[in-house]
Amino acid sequence: MSGFLEQYGGEIAELTVEHLWLTGAAMLFATAIAVPAGVWLTRRPRWAKPVIGAANVLQTIPSLAMFGFLLPLPWLGERAARVAIVALTAYALLPILRNTYAGIQGIDPNLLSVARALGLTDAQRFFKVELPLAGSFILAGLRTATVTCVGIATIAAAVGAGGLGELIFRGVASIDNELILAGAIPAALLALACDGALGLAEWWFRVPGRDPA
Amino acid sequence: MSAAIEFRRVSFATGRGQPLLDEISFAVEEGTTTVVLGRSGSGKTTLLRTVNRMVEPTGGEVLLKGKSVRGADPIALRRSIGYVIQETGLFPHMTAERNVGLVLEAKGMEDRERELRSQDLLSAVGLEARTFGGRYPHQLSGGQRQRVGLARALAADAQVLLMDEPFGALDPLTRAEMQDLLKHLLGRMRKTVLLVTHDLDEALYLGDRIVLLSEGRLAAELGPEEFLQSEEPELAAYVHAFHRGEVSAAEVKRA
Repeated sequence: MSGFLEQYGGEIAELTVEHLWLTGAAMLFATAIAVPAGVWLTRRPRWAKPVIGAANVLQTIPSLAMFGFLLPLPWLGERAARVAIVALTAYALLPILRNTYAGIQGIDPNLLSVARALGLTDAQRFFKVELPLAGSFILAGLRTATVTCVGIATIAAAVGAGGLGELIFRGVASIDNELILAGAIPAALLALACDGALGLAEWWFRVPGRDPA
Repeated sequence: MSAAIEFRRVSFATGRGQPLLDEISFAVEEGTTTVVLGRSGSGKTTLLRTVNRMVEPTGGEVLLKGKSVRGADPIALRRSIGYVIQETGLFPHMTAERNVGLVLEAKGMEDRERELRSQDLLSAVGLEARTFGGRYPHQLSGGQRQRVGLARALAADAQVLLMDEPFGALDPLTRAEMQDLLKHLLGRMRKTVLLVTHDLDEALYLGDRIVLLSEGRLAAELGPEEFLQSEEPELAAYVHAFHRGEVSAAEVKRA
């Protein structure tokens, strides 16, 4: 075992960092798209069903197929990491979008009416009332998305984007269980760590009487 | 005395053309309390909300100190008017102190000044700021929450207070306490108050004038004494409804 770690330890650490970078970049993009989009949908509820439906469809595309579809595209296909980040972003959209929408939509309309009656501007109402009240819901969506993406990111190795999946694919190719585990165990631990950290953040932002769905 | 609030033939109809208010006219003198009484759905809340432009009348106009609110900037207007509703009105993610100071925060008042002012207001409504200021609404009783709501309405130093069934969700004893507190505060501060309720006792106790709304029409506008003595069927029915317990208890005694 210790010999194994000696041989692969450095590589595991490197691939973990790569894995985190792929997932992290995708989460940043997904949040930057899905949170404003979710907020916008609460202003145009008629669009909620089609838009969330479209994000849902993205979610159903098998990940290997998604990577495959993106690979031949110009610019994207030049670097495997680009393909991986775009695909992961697509998978992360739904949970964040849905939770942002539901979190804001579920706020007691009386509170929003009071905010208006007290003379809060639209921006103040959003930042002082809506966002804090929906905060833990949005974080719950981010948490689901992150855990999902840490898992899916292992498949990204199939298109050469790196990450812990590389050890798994190499292990599968050479029928080497140790090598498979060398990728799978850190990936699982990474998912658990992200889940724990974001769970903590979610707890921190919770509002008494409003539990994330 | 001049009218602080004046309704001039104020009408309101919903988008589908259903009338909710039908040419309501009356005035609230400065420093007095007018209670708007009526059944659920009589248009009370809608009328109240025309004052701070939460509802735009479809006919007529509302004047504040002689000036139509139609020309006022709604944000500035709302900040200059105190507003209290049933207990749901406190923000659950803010402490009592922040709830009270929210209007001041929105106006950009400096933190320290705002905190001091919020603390003063909490004491004014009978809540020790050191004990209650840091509590969240769910850590307060219904009566305490309503006190915080009242303090918030007073924060902006508003001359006019709009109160929409402020004590509706409270038990009768707490409600009586709150009514006493409000009466005491109003006696000191000389605010013009428009208060909506369906509780006749509350109307008689707090109102200098009582306005009875019935299906969007102004059925009566008179003082508490006149209200009790009126033989107008609609008013008498109201009085009867509220004194039923008394009357039937008296009958039991007699039998």
